[in-house]
Amino acid sequence: MGNEKVITATELTKRFGDFTAVDKITFDVEKGEIFGFLGANGAGKTTAMRMLCGLSLPTSGSATVAGFDVYKENEQIKKNIGYMSQKFSLYEDLTIRENISFYAGIYGVSDEMIKEKTNSLLKQLSLEGEEKTMVKALPLGWKQKLAFSIAIVHDPAIVFLDEPTGGVDPITRREFWGLIYEASERGITIFVTTHYMDEAEYCNRVTIMVDGRIDALDTPANLIKNFSAKSMDDVFLQLARKAVRKGD
Amino acid sequence: MIFIKKECLHIWRDRRTLIILIWMPIVQILLYGFALTNEVKNAKIAIFDQSRDEATTMISDEIAASRYFSLVKNVYSYDEISATFRQGTIRMAVVFPRNFRYDLLHTNHAQIQLIADASDPNTANMLTNYATSIINDYQQTLNPDQSLPYTINTQIRMLYNPELKGAYSFVPGVMALVLMLVCAMMTSIAIVKEKEMGTMEVILVSPLKPFRIIIAKTIPYLLVSILNIGCILVLSVFVLDVPIVGSLWLLIGESILFTVTALSLGILISNFAQTQQTAMFTSMMSLFLPTLLFSGFLFPIENMPVPLQVISNIVPAKWYYIIVKSIMIKGLGFSSIWKETLVLVGMTMGLLGISIYKFKIRLA
Amino acid sequence: MQPIVVDNIVMKYRVKKSVVDALKGISFTVDKGEIFGMIGPDGAGKTSLFRVLTTLLLAESGKAWVDGFDVVKDYKEIRNRVGYMPGKFSLYQDLSVQENLEFFATIFNTTIDENYNLIKDIYVQIEPFKTRRAGQLSGGMKQKLALCCALIHKPSVLFLDEPTTGVDAVSRKEFWEMLHGLKEQGITILVSTPYMDEASLCDRVALIQKGTILSINTPKGIISEFKKPLWAVQATEMFRLMNMIKEDPAVESCYPFGQHHHVVFKRVTDGKEKLEQISVKGNFADVEITSIEPNIEDCFMALMKE
Repeated sequence: MGNEKVITATELTKRFGDFTAVDKITFDVEKGEIFGFLGANGAGKTTAMRMLCGLSLPTSGSATVAGFDVYKENEQIKKNIGYMSQKFSLYEDLTIRENISFYAGIYGVSDEMIKEKTNSLLKQLSLEGEEKTMVKALPLGWKQKLAFSIAIVHDPAIVFLDEPTGGVDPITRREFWGLIYEASERGITIFVTTHYMDEAEYCNRVTIMVDGRIDALDTPANLIKNFSAKSMDDVFLQLARKAVRKGD
Repeated sequence: MIFIKKECLHIWRDRRTLIILIWMPIVQILLYGFALTNEVKNAKIAIFDQSRDEATTMISDEIAASRYFSLVKNVYSYDEISATFRQGTIRMAVVFPRNFRYDLLHTNHAQIQLIADASDPNTANMLTNYATSIINDYQQTLNPDQSLPYTINTQIRMLYNPELKGAYSFVPGVMALVLMLVCAMMTSIAIVKEKEMGTMEVILVSPLKPFRIIIAKTIPYLLVSILNIGCILVLSVFVLDVPIVGSLWLLIGESILFTVTALSLGILISNFAQTQQTAMFTSMMSLFLPTLLFSGFLFPIENMPVPLQVISNIVPAKWYYIIVKSIMIKGLGFSSIWKETLVLVGMTMGLLGISIYKFKIRLA
Repeated sequence: MQPIVVDNIVMKYRVKKSVVDALKGISFTVDKGEIFGMIGPDGAGKTSLFRVLTTLLLAESGKAWVDGFDVVKDYKEIRNRVGYMPGKFSLYQDLSVQENLEFFATIFNTTIDENYNLIKDIYVQIEPFKTRRAGQLSGGMKQKLALCCALIHKPSVLFLDEPTTGVDAVSRKEFWEMLHGLKEQGITILVSTPYMDEASLCDRVALIQKGTILSINTPKGIISEFKKPLWAVQATEMFRLMNMIKEDPAVESCYPFGQHHHVVFKRVTDGKEKLEQISVKGNFADVEITSIEPNIEDCFMALMKE
């Protein structure tokens, strides 16, 4: 892990009218880090992520992603990141290969690279020979893993994952994190939100958002020690109980 | 009933839909401005020939032979003409006075009377025009070298709608359209929305009988429809000067009947649609468009090829359109429209029966 | 007869041309006043099972009874007496809290007052918002409202399909506390959840995966069914550690579990020494190896693999 900072945020704020969704958050993420973004629904995680993805303009504060400014260069940001969420899915009625070609194509990956990537991706997921299978025929767990691989098919600097393992069986969940580790070793920075607290422990560092603020930012081990907790679950509950805003 | 109350609350709070439901009919009525020229073919006519001479026979033959007209009846009295018009069988009657040929040859003048059903003013206009031109042609053949030309005057009488107001045919048409739209489409969407939201599941697992669910879903739309009918009638009478010649109560009664027919159609569609989009699309395709095309208010049915005419018989709006025109414009009573009413009643019972029978008490 | 009896239920879905086996022969019973959990991920068949038991779907084969009534023949009786809370809560978004409750009370031919004491502890938490539209409530509050609506007619059996999904952690805890309160009143509860840790809050659970029940027992019973010893190992460079352990032929499984990896060996005799060998071979620092009790998730994963 280098010390190069791929995400910086200083007093980043987003207001909707009187409502402050994200309240002066400050943090940074190093290259190759697995950075966990935790918090209850409504705490501001999704809003913060949208600002970092270049999808929403902040009200105040500053942030850079992959060296690009979120206010002025958000198109550049979009070209250099990957994104995956539960809702962002693959096209069910296209084959695996067609999905790869499509998404890679959007990011400007050349045709030969697409071919190469398709082969290595299929191998990594043990799906050799399945490139012509329709995505809808795959079980949920495979779809999630495939979606992740496709999200990073263009070798972005950072990949944003929004609750990627919801509803998936426990074995697949862990296999998914195996893929995340491998990506991290390749130098891709991972920014992930999750509500599975044990997954928080796979991250290098985590933050916990409450009511739009960052109330904790550290390695999981340190947080557990500082809060005298038994696990991240416990840390989370201690902080969440203080929350004023009961999220949705 | 609490379910009905809930439904009313839903509609009241869905402002956008509410606006469409109430305003759209009003806007439609006020915004008319279409001019349609359809070619008229095989319009049914009757001839009252009081002379029965060579000239009248020739003119009659010309008219009957023309592709614009189809002679269905020879009548023998003015009363018969009126009766035939009331039945709705003919669009126009041609009347030759006595001693036609004699008058023509000896005084160089003769008259032919054309009586047209102007509850559809466009068609009436066209028919009288065609007839007049045929008569003029005949006139030409009589006068190749005559210095004093024979003239045949055509006296035109437009029945029911002497000023040829477009609104006369338009208003009944809009009524049919609006009721069909509001009742059928919106009812089907309302029921399917429940399915989509997942609340249908919870309601099914309750003592509530399916029959009651259907009734509750349809009654608010019945009320909205009555309101719409009221608005349309008020606007028609006071803004567009379309009279209600016949019995207002009969009109309202028949309208409510048609509303129920439309509602049954809506329920039927909702039984088979799984998403609101499907419901909307199916309603559009199977209700709105056919009503527009086959009710007879935009395009006269007799002008259509026969297979399409047959199809138009299963479109409820066609029968309703006839009923409304008869009451509003022609001022006829129940005795003239009992047949059409019966058709609507039959359709309604059939549809309701099927819908309730087929209502899904399970999810699949 | 027990409140819920399920006998070899098979369910299939037809999706265009293919057939999906949703339930492949499910059997179990639930006793009166029991909280019985169906634990499994998405696609396991939980919702299908619930729909069969609440008479909303017909099974392909097999039989089931709720409160002694057959789910096919006596569906009307069942619909009159059970409480059902489907996924996504199914409330009327544009009606207020009060209006929703009144509606459900009335369609069950009762009033809010009649069974108020049953829902009181839950309702007081949302009462301050009673005029607010249901669509504007937070997830936790919707959950409480949906539960009240399902209880308002004092059902003998309560079916809750994934009531804690999508709800914040604090509300989830509170919800289970409310369920235990209901149990005291003698209501039988069948609840499904994808969260393995909630299994320990039930009296008995059925672990379900891909339409098949992997095991039915009390939470403690399931844990005792775990045959082999379980080891937890921690070190720096956890990812590399995991890969090394998995490569070792003596290892049956190695899964990450937060701060530790859980390792199971093929032979019962292998254990701590083997792990020490591996960590030395890989030059790992700060190695900690402990023997631990499995939790429900460990058991689920072991059963999945069988």
